[in-house]
Amino acid sequence: MTAAAAPAPAAPVRKASFGNVLLSEWTKILTVKSTFWTLLAGAIIVIGFSALWALAFTTSYDQLSPADRATLEPTTPMQIAFYFGEVVFGVLGVLVITTEYGTGMIRTSLTAMPRRGHYLAAKALVLGGVVLVAGMVVSFASFFVSQAVLMAQDLNGSLGDKGVLRSVIGGGIYLALIAVMALGVGTLLRHTAGSVVAVFVILFILGIVGNFLPGRWGETVNKYLPSNAGAAILSPGTPGNSLSPWTGLGLFALYTAIVLVVALVLFERLDA
Amino acid sequence: MIRARGLTKQYGPKTAVDHADFTVVPGRVTGFLGPNGAGKSTTMRMILGLDRPTAGDVTVNGRHYREFAAPLHEVGALLDAKAVHGGRSAYNHLLCLAQSNGIPRRRVDEVIALVGLQTVAKKPSRGFSLGMGQRLGIAGALLGDPGILMFDEPVNGLDPEGILWIRTLMRRLASEGRTVFVSSHLMSEMAVTADHLVVIGRGRILADTGMRDFIDANATSHVRVRSPQLGELEPLLAARGWRVESDPDLSLRVYGAGSAQVGDIAADHAIRLHELGIVQPSLEEAFMQLTEDTVEYHAGLPEPETPPGTPPDAVPPGGGGRG
Repeated sequence: MTAAAAPAPAAPVRKASFGNVLLSEWTKILTVKSTFWTLLAGAIIVIGFSALWALAFTTSYDQLSPADRATLEPTTPMQIAFYFGEVVFGVLGVLVITTEYGTGMIRTSLTAMPRRGHYLAAKALVLGGVVLVAGMVVSFASFFVSQAVLMAQDLNGSLGDKGVLRSVIGGGIYLALIAVMALGVGTLLRHTAGSVVAVFVILFILGIVGNFLPGRWGETVNKYLPSNAGAAILSPGTPGNSLSPWTGLGLFALYTAIVLVVALVLFERLDA
Repeated sequence: MIRARGLTKQYGPKTAVDHADFTVVPGRVTGFLGPNGAGKSTTMRMILGLDRPTAGDVTVNGRHYREFAAPLHEVGALLDAKAVHGGRSAYNHLLCLAQSNGIPRRRVDEVIALVGLQTVAKKPSRGFSLGMGQRLGIAGALLGDPGILMFDEPVNGLDPEGILWIRTLMRRLASEGRTVFVSSHLMSEMAVTADHLVVIGRGRILADTGMRDFIDANATSHVRVRSPQLGELEPLLAARGWRVESDPDLSLRVYGAGSAQVGDIAADHAIRLHELGIVQPSLEEAFMQLTEDTVEYHAGLPEPETPPGTPPDAVPPGGGGRG
């Protein structure tokens, strides 16, 4: 492309592979304390809430109506805990990129890794990988802890029950996708506070608004909302007002991909 | 070798860099001199592929920066000493950078020793002084042992020891045959560091020339004469057709004359002289003369603190942290 001849380059231009960029991002995410603290906070909220809810359910079990008793699935405590805790994993995704903008590190990073597509892809892969592992641990821990509490009233289920193992594994995948979507949001907005609010709106507020939408179309819109689509994976069955588990999670993955692609296009074009 | 051709950057209606043409060649320190807000940082960011030029082109060793897979081997840059994640240790910060370019871990230890940060290498960089931050940034620039080095206002806020250290380092790097491109708004610093100057004002390249040539072309020497009988001396000098200006400290500046001529005239008329000498022009004078019209924000003018459309590099030093 450039015809301008460099004056006798002494050495050929050295190459660095995508693997180098991945390794760099891996080191980056492990060498800031916020990674550890955010994951710990997410774990405490999800595991803690599922245990608390299970405790509340078992202790008030005798006063519950048969209809209420019947709503309990093995994954119900986990589902409710995810509702409150999933945002924290989004915060980690946001922080991974917005702290770079906030500190100016982004300019140092892009000076070392000017191929922005590689850079963002490496960030997404490393973040997704870290949160997938952490999310699986959280998801399984949340399930087992809540079952241990439910055992008091002999209400506990097992991973062998229909759809349960899929729900628990899906929970880990869902958390990883949330983090990656939040990375996209953070890349678009560049500011921590704004991005966290945006993620909170997507995952939390939209779901609440969806519940108030009237009529049949409201119900339809509601189940396609990101948080409702993604959370479908957490149910062992398919409740009537929800997408089927893998369709829901697939749709959430699609939303994530869209956010990430838009973020990448702007990231490539805009000044750092 | 850095080569800019018609390099232009506009932020909305404001042109930060305006058709800049210049070449930075190896083996010498090229100073990039201009007032605050002249477009120095913007130009450097475009060289590094951080900002996209509105028009024109800039290449590094014949390539666009963003084509480099492992650019740290080609170019080392210190843009902003604070452009690090404060929670990460100096060592880990450098390790991330090294890994991204396939640079071995032992090189991280080498550059840490080179800039003298061994004792604090494992500490979070947020506790670093400005001088230590500057050293960390320079360690990062040296990681890939690059042939081109760029420093944006490297001595800003440094203590004399730090300034001397950077000055010596830049000279050494240039003497090793590397390309060294350093921006500053401090003339005194440029005068002792740079061999060659690229002068920028209001986004336009005003000069691309040797240091000595620049001073000679833009400022003239004069004779300084001090005497208790200035009132008698002045008309005698003026009568010879020389331009004479009086300074408040009871001295005269005589342009176009030699000190011998001035001394002889005084002797002929029995005028006592207390001081007589040639004053060589400084880079500062040359620069002031050249950029008189191009200084963006004159001191004393009732300007709002941050005029709308101010390019990011018009932020006063220390007001960094821009996203």
